[in-house]
Amino acid sequence: MTAHEPALELRLITKRFGDLVANDAINFDVRRGEVHALLGENGAGKTTVMRIAYGLTQADEGQILVGGRALVVRSPRDAIAAGIGMVTQHFSLVAPMTVAENLALGRSTGLRLKPGEAGRDAAAVSERFGIRVDPSARVEDLSVGQQQRVEILKALSRNCQILILDEPTAVLVPAEVDALFATLRELVADGLSVVFISHKLAEVRAISDRVSVLRRGERIGTVDGGTDERELARMMVGRPTFGVDRPTDAAQPSGAPILRIRGLSADGPHGLPALSDVSLHVRGGEILGVAGVSGNGQTELVDVLSGMRRPTAGSIAVTDVELAGADPGRMMGAGVGRIPEDRHASLIGDLSVAYNLVLEHLDDFRRGGRIDERGIRARAADLIERFDIRARPDDPVATLSGGNIQKVLLARVLSRGPRVLVVSQPTRGLDVGATEYVRSQLLARRHDGTAILLVSEDLDELLALSDRLIVMYEGRVVGEVAGADADLEHLGMLMAGRGRAA
Amino acid sequence: MRISPWSTPVLVLAAVLITFVITAGPILVAGANPIEAYTAFVITPLTSQFTLLEVLVSATPILFTGAAVAIAFRAGYWNIGAEGQLLLGAIAAAGIGTLVGGLPGIVALPIMVAGGAVAGAAWAFVPALLRVRFGIDEVVTTLLLNPVALLLVNGLLHGPWRDPVTGFPESPRIAASAEFPALIERSRLHLGFLVGLVVILAAWYVLSRTPAGLRLRAAGLSPHGARFAGINVSRTLLGAALVSGAIAGIAGVSEVAGIQNRLTGGLSPGYGYTGIVVATLGTLTMPGVAIAAIFLGDLSIGASSAARSLGIPSQLGAVVQGVLLLTTVALLAMRRQRSGRTGEADKGGSVTGDVAAEGQPG
Repeated sequence: MTAHEPALELRLITKRFGDLVANDAINFDVRRGEVHALLGENGAGKTTVMRIAYGLTQADEGQILVGGRALVVRSPRDAIAAGIGMVTQHFSLVAPMTVAENLALGRSTGLRLKPGEAGRDAAAVSERFGIRVDPSARVEDLSVGQQQRVEILKALSRNCQILILDEPTAVLVPAEVDALFATLRELVADGLSVVFISHKLAEVRAISDRVSVLRRGERIGTVDGGTDERELARMMVGRPTFGVDRPTDAAQPSGAPILRIRGLSADGPHGLPALSDVSLHVRGGEILGVAGVSGNGQTELVDVLSGMRRPTAGSIAVTDVELAGADPGRMMGAGVGRIPEDRHASLIGDLSVAYNLVLEHLDDFRRGGRIDERGIRARAADLIERFDIRARPDDPVATLSGGNIQKVLLARVLSRGPRVLVVSQPTRGLDVGATEYVRSQLLARRHDGTAILLVSEDLDELLALSDRLIVMYEGRVVGEVAGADADLEHLGMLMAGRGRAA
Repeated sequence: MRISPWSTPVLVLAAVLITFVITAGPILVAGANPIEAYTAFVITPLTSQFTLLEVLVSATPILFTGAAVAIAFRAGYWNIGAEGQLLLGAIAAAGIGTLVGGLPGIVALPIMVAGGAVAGAAWAFVPALLRVRFGIDEVVTTLLLNPVALLLVNGLLHGPWRDPVTGFPESPRIAASAEFPALIERSRLHLGFLVGLVVILAAWYVLSRTPAGLRLRAAGLSPHGARFAGINVSRTLLGAALVSGAIAGIAGVSEVAGIQNRLTGGLSPGYGYTGIVVATLGTLTMPGVAIAAIFLGDLSIGASSAARSLGIPSQLGAVVQGVLLLTTVALLAMRRQRSGRTGEADKGGSVTGDVAAEGQPG
């Protein structure tokens, strides 16, 4: 095999989820002894295409070639046999077991596991690939960076020639990133091929020989690893804005801020700080867009504002009512309407549309000690009509399409006339018609004077709807731009953590 | 209207038929004709007044424990401790029952029932508190409190409550006015059965007709979604656990006041655990619990009479019950998996989502 022959080649890979095209005829190849980065925003299809290569998902169309030979990859087992390894964002290690046992699990074919042998094998592969791990340490006692080393070692010990790393730096501190890159450079020098999935420009430039940029399931292009950041940012997010439907003649945001946040901090799911010292305000009749690659604190911000997560510091005020640390009930009572990112989990799928529509204020529907069924059904019929929900009142919410589920949430929240709306990813996964409907509803609320905080990964959406835009990176607000004439390149740099360089 | 092959009644009926096919093996081994055996198990007990009443007598305690377990499970609180809660209710009944001799039954009985309910709820309170405060798994804590309750019973019976006259490990007989009267002259069917039906009816009403019941169901179906909608899920779980414990406690009162008239070590042959079976077979609905309790009562009376008439071990009744539980759970799980698969098309939004578990090859 010559140096320029692809070790792994993907040809015209297409993958659809329902109406959504996650990968649209993607071509990609990685050569021997090369780091080839896959760069793109969330939802661009980077992970999906590599999950296909590793057999975690099957493509609808397309071909996978390893060393020039077509390969059928039905499961990770097939991929591993062909020399492909992948370290996913969620590690597949057995936490209570030792490093040696985890490595042995990945390889053993016999019935018996000899503890001494597993330890010696682990030490041997650790030595051979120059990746330091303690074979007798329990995985649960290791730092995330060390666990990642075990994952990489697990892949290498199965004789992997092509290593796919899915956002490997997302969980690492800077020093660990440096160590990872040093390791990767040595491995690549020995002939390993690495696919490096990331959305961080600086890291992609630091480690990659070539960079392929994906956007909305399409490959935009492949460029040299030394391409400058502005160019990469433009490829990643830059596209002409289309269909700006925000009426420019509409009432301009006016008056005092209704939602005011000062110095807000909160921890993420693993108890690590996810939100640091965020301050912002939203006026009545204003849509404040929150841009940023996901995982930079937006989820925690919305959770805190929804009453689902307690902040560790800071203040949240709606008009003059202090709400930091309030539970969902108090948030709603203060006039905060919430359209969350995970719409499935925020409704009760097995309960009817009618019940879900009134669940936030059940006490308004009681007669004596019992539920006012007739009142609930009348309410449901009214909201189904007004919000064009394609369902009957008795249908369980779980049987509805994504668009109709979102309409149920919208109806539940908007029908109560909130003064503040906290909206996250309102059109993700929706078809064109539902998307348009949801956006028009938000704009109607803006017109009525509601203060709207809109979190979205869809830049087009943010640009189309927002009066102002803030960008979040690593839990902080790193910049603010006017919505109407945002500079895409500047925005892309801010999102990729290169605010100061711009 | 077309009936779905996966609707609950069809499913449970299928489970019964599959169970009969599977248990035909052991019955043949025991030397009996399966058809004859099933007739003896299920049909024969319903054909005479005496056995029919006995069926209801043996359904009485599991009517309570079934309802208790079903309520907790509906809230997503896995109370495996109905057995211990029942024993605490029995202790309370045996204690109160000896003290209320001077009172008329109309006063004494409600006091005793209330006392048993409070005792059962108190026994359920500690694990429930540990769950909502510290997230400690209630399956483990409620289960482990069961043998503790039994030790408490035996400690009392071998200590302060030992019958002073006979020296047997049995508590003194409760006052006559504290005994549950028979519902039908010269039968063992007692007031407890009626109380059980009232409890089932009340639980059904609360679950399906009141805001509290809707909150409880919402919390059980999706704790996250319920919390998001402003429901205090911790308080709901705590409430469900206490009500569940109280109902299980009344089961103990019913056995003491209706059957034994005193506390004995063999008061409950595992009625709390059978309650889990009843609740599962009844698919956690109150009408289902009532039917399942009576069906299991039928089976247990049938099995002991079949032991005499057909000469087969009476444990075959327990075998049928166990296999029925497994087939029902299996069919319910298959239904859940089916609906999970059809619902999947909608969730295409998370294209970048990772699977938590990579297929572990090798």
